[in-house]
Amino acid sequence: MCLGIPGRIVEITDAARLMAMADVSGVRREVNVACVAGAALDDLVGAWVLIHVGFAMAVIDEDEAAETLEALRGLGEAQEALEQIAEGAKALAEQ
Amino acid sequence: MRYVEEFRDPKAAKRVLAAIARVTGEIGATAENPVRIMEICGGHTHAIFRYGLDKLTPGGIEFIHGPGCPVCVLPMARVDECVEIAERPGVIFCTFGDAMRVPGTKKSLLQAKADGADIRMVYSPLDAVELARRNPGREVVFFGLGFETTTPSTALSIQQAAREELSNFSVFCNHITVPPPIRALLDDPHMVLDGFVGPGHVSMVIGTHPYDFIAEDYGKPLVVAGFEPLDLLQSVLMVLEQIRDGRASVENQYARVVPEHGNPVSLAAIADVYEARPSFEWRGLGEIDASGLRIRDAYKAFDAEEKFGIGYAAGPRVTEEPEGCGCGAVMTGRMKPTECPQFGRGCTPDTPLGALMVSSEGACAAYWTYGGARAVEEMA
Ligand code: SF4
Repeated sequence: MCLGIPGRIVEITDAARLMAMADVSGVRREVNVACVAGAALDDLVGAWVLIHVGFAMAVIDEDEAAETLEALRGLGEAQEALEQIAEGAKALAEQ
Repeated sequence: MRYVEEFRDPKAAKRVLAAIARVTGEIGATAENPVRIMEICGGHTHAIFRYGLDKLTPGGIEFIHGPGCPVCVLPMARVDECVEIAERPGVIFCTFGDAMRVPGTKKSLLQAKADGADIRMVYSPLDAVELARRNPGREVVFFGLGFETTTPSTALSIQQAAREELSNFSVFCNHITVPPPIRALLDDPHMVLDGFVGPGHVSMVIGTHPYDFIAEDYGKPLVVAGFEPLDLLQSVLMVLEQIRDGRASVENQYARVVPEHGNPVSLAAIADVYEARPSFEWRGLGEIDASGLRIRDAYKAFDAEEKFGIGYAAGPRVTEEPEGCGCGAVMTGRMKPTECPQFGRGCTPDTPLGALMVSSEGACAAYWTYGGARAVEEMA
């Protein structure tokens, strides 16, 4: 919850709500990009961002993303974040 | 050097460790009279244990584990209030998974779920907003928990819910801020600290200036650090160099991610939605002035405390922590986890008594996972 996980923005899904699809270690998750949105939202496509609980909080470069991911894997926090993303999807599916 | 080879760049790690040993020597710190450095963030506590940084650094350095794990400092009364809200008919209670196993006076959220409450683990407050959209006939409550890293997410979610006029979404706000407990610890006469390793991702939101008082008013150095083990070692070295040189300033080792003035969009959303509570209770630390946030009157409709007349909205209340629980003393660095009479006896990750044993970022869980179990065997 406290550590962000790097992901790559692949598509803007809802410009009005500032939502985008991110690829987080192969898992797709819609994230809010309000905190990193510059003038042109489309410029974010392809960018690496640090994602906290579904919000992109900082744009980072590719090396930083790789190093952060490795550090998170070492701590077991990357797996934890991916499990939480899966839990979130499950919670939405429940009726 | 049993862990050094695990570093991404073991050579660089060895260089920094050699510099740390040299500067520690120059300061004249020894195992009996060590430099005491507090890492504020629970993520850093976890990394220190995982990589054995406390073992790799020379005897003249003692790491004091700070209060920077939001799950660990959550008072039992707040867990009880979560359960109370979750057990109301028609409520869908959404929480981060981390909070599920924190014990309340009677039960944890996990037990309440087993007893039939509709409690859902979500990844993001956005999931809770989506559940509110899909379930207009139900009250969807999100358990807002965490420091400045997660505060913007609930602020932006509340703003979004307000724009959509979602009347069945609210947040049970337990957001807390990093600087006030640090001030409280610095004011504690029993607490002797020589410097701080500051949180990386919190600082990404708030920038480095909220820590200025630590250097200016208390004369202690603080270095904002990244999460790689090498980042941490470098930050420890930067703290030690300041101590050796008799300086105290706020430095930023993690400038590649942390902007000096933080993230403007996040800060604006926080300021729009939240205001400081007069005081907020921290497990083990007690009430600390202006350390927690509440939802402003303008967004009252989204405040679960107001909606359900619970928590601070219901007036003052006191809950005793369980017998023999050492969480408070551990949290303030007065006791090592292994010195707690419950450690490994009444309290293990499977049957946690205190929150420090629940979260992977809690000092007790970290001790246990990375060698604490062994320590208990040795004690027996
Ligand atoms: S061992 Fe358990 S009771 Fe003791 S300080 Fe740690 S979490 Fe608290």
